[in-house]
Amino acid sequence: MLDLNILFPSVLNGITTGAVYALIALGLTLIYGVLHIINFAHGAALMVALYGVYMLKEKLGIDPYMALPIMVPAMFVLGYALQRGVINRASHGKDENILLVTLGVSIVLENLALLFFKSDTRSIETAYTLTTVEIGPAFIALPKLVSFAGALVVSVVMLLIVQKTDLGRAIRAVSKEKQGARLMGIDVDHVYAMCFGLGLASLGAAACFLMPAYYVNPQVGNGFVLVAFTIVVLGGMGSFAGALLGGLLIGVVESLGGLILGESLGQVGIFVIFIAVLMLRPQGFFGAKA
Amino acid sequence: MTTRRHFMGQSAVAASALAFPLVGGAQPKPIKVGVLHPVTGALAYSGQQCRMGALMAIEDINKAGGIKSLGGAKIEAMLGDAQSSPQAGTAEIEKMNEAGVSAVVGAFASAICLATTQAAAKYNLPHVVDVGVADQIVERGLKNTFRFGPGYKKCAEVAVASLHALNTAAGKPARTVMIVHEESLFGTGTANLLAKELPGYGYEVKEIIKHANPTRDFNNIALRIKQVNPDILIPANYYNEYALLVRTLQQQKITPKAIYSVLGGAASSYKFVKEFPEAANGIIDCNHWFNPKDKRSAELKKRVEAQGQFFSYEVFMTYTAMMLLADAIERAKSPDRAAIIDALASSKFQNHIMPYGPTQFVNGQNMGAQPLMTQVHKGDIKVIVPRDYREIEPIFPLKA
Repeated sequence: MLDLNILFPSVLNGITTGAVYALIALGLTLIYGVLHIINFAHGAALMVALYGVYMLKEKLGIDPYMALPIMVPAMFVLGYALQRGVINRASHGKDENILLVTLGVSIVLENLALLFFKSDTRSIETAYTLTTVEIGPAFIALPKLVSFAGALVVSVVMLLIVQKTDLGRAIRAVSKEKQGARLMGIDVDHVYAMCFGLGLASLGAAACFLMPAYYVNPQVGNGFVLVAFTIVVLGGMGSFAGALLGGLLIGVVESLGGLILGESLGQVGIFVIFIAVLMLRPQGFFGAKA
Repeated sequence: MTTRRHFMGQSAVAASALAFPLVGGAQPKPIKVGVLHPVTGALAYSGQQCRMGALMAIEDINKAGGIKSLGGAKIEAMLGDAQSSPQAGTAEIEKMNEAGVSAVVGAFASAICLATTQAAAKYNLPHVVDVGVADQIVERGLKNTFRFGPGYKKCAEVAVASLHALNTAAGKPARTVMIVHEESLFGTGTANLLAKELPGYGYEVKEIIKHANPTRDFNNIALRIKQVNPDILIPANYYNEYALLVRTLQQQKITPKAIYSVLGGAASSYKFVKEFPEAANGIIDCNHWFNPKDKRSAELKKRVEAQGQFFSYEVFMTYTAMMLLADAIERAKSPDRAAIIDALASSKFQNHIMPYGPTQFVNGQNMGAQPLMTQVHKGDIKVIVPRDYREIEPIFPLKA
């Protein structure tokens, strides 16, 4: 029953879907893996970014891809301000407080969206929404190919920032030894906020890539955030390469699982892998041993 | 634009409305009616559309002089939020009962209606079901429960019979069917009914695919459809998944002879037609629909659109449910619950915008209710079956 003409498109489709998951997981792995902040507001932030892209297109006629230079800095600023102005202040440095504060932020954001946009689903129509590219027996939607390329670029950029810049060195220092970093003259609060900003900036990029082929409503983030957490654990906390690979793997597993087990069971594979990784290699593919 | 005169006028109206009860004294007591919908949570969009329909009906009833047999008593809405869950719906019924409402109109989703009608039955509180298509709602012998619209068994029967009529008229080009449905009560129930009904008319159901809510990607399902290559594709799912499915089909260049939805699809959603004009073109639905030949439906549509909203089925279904209740209260000549239940049970309500036969309630179900078959044509939605309400000739099959 499963001939190559079906299997091949399904794998390709999984890879391109996985690239979007990876993009969302990239921001989360930075915040969760490096700063050990469990950011429950990640899904809500994605939703905000998607509404941003939607509004830019609907009100100002800006193409989603052209919105990248607006959305990425805007989300960065939002992230920086959220961490510095709300999360940091309200949590008093306690991890369990951070968890609750981010949960609170997500509830506030979702309900604000509900207030301003109502709960109806919105999507945008672009000239290329329905354009497909033929690869062998498969038709792949152009927006999905673009987001695949985008995910690669964003992860390389993130990797460069963390590996090559002073900010990256500071982030790594803070993640390893907060107190020591502070004694070396690093402004820890600033680094935390920069990190949070970068995490949300990658969501800004994800939203620009996602919107042409997807939709937005106030609850849209929830569907992605659980998968993103899985990817972060799978790839190894704080590892960008791990997030990318994990994202692609999860995409393929979901796609093939859906094809073979039936669509509503497709996601079972994701969580079987998740549990297996936690049992056999709890540090993830690329994570350092604890 | 607000001019000074306009403002003065409005102020005068407002002032007299405020002053009247003090001066008049004899103003009849308003009749409290519960308006209960899931206006937050997953079903919030539909719930809000329902609420809008109910409030527009109340506005119209009151503007036309209220309940005349009760000295022009106004209807007063007590709004409730079922929060997209049966438990929250039940809690709201308790509150409404305490507040002394005469009746309840609601509560959109089948699962919520099942709970709220039962809760209301404890207090002999009349409950008009506005949408709630599951047939169990009216099959439990609850004396307080009335549904004006059709249930899903009726819809599935009409859907298959209409499809067969269409196919026969076109020389029977279609023989195989594939059903794609969401996994909750609505999608599964509809899919089962259709799968049972279709073989009787000589159609082969090739495959039934179930998917979760939300499903983020429909490429796999599209690939299955491509492989099975059915003549007719029947989706039974909610808006988001439906939109993704239809768009993915277009991307994968899959064009069945017809895409035919029962209870929900592009051809009963002005929103979808506006957002995806190209993908929507030619799609056929069997769903709740208004009588296109009744001028009042066009007027109501205009009013809804003037508020920047879509004239969705939730709006006119709840609008009509409220009108049915007002008609019953008028004949009951009393805000008393038992009297209203009697009046509903014997209702012959005909002053409405729905394309139904004579109103007659049997065990709380209106036997005259029926869905219509509609098709997307040139960016608009037109009725194609039955003939009495037909606006355009059907285009079937979509491709030879």
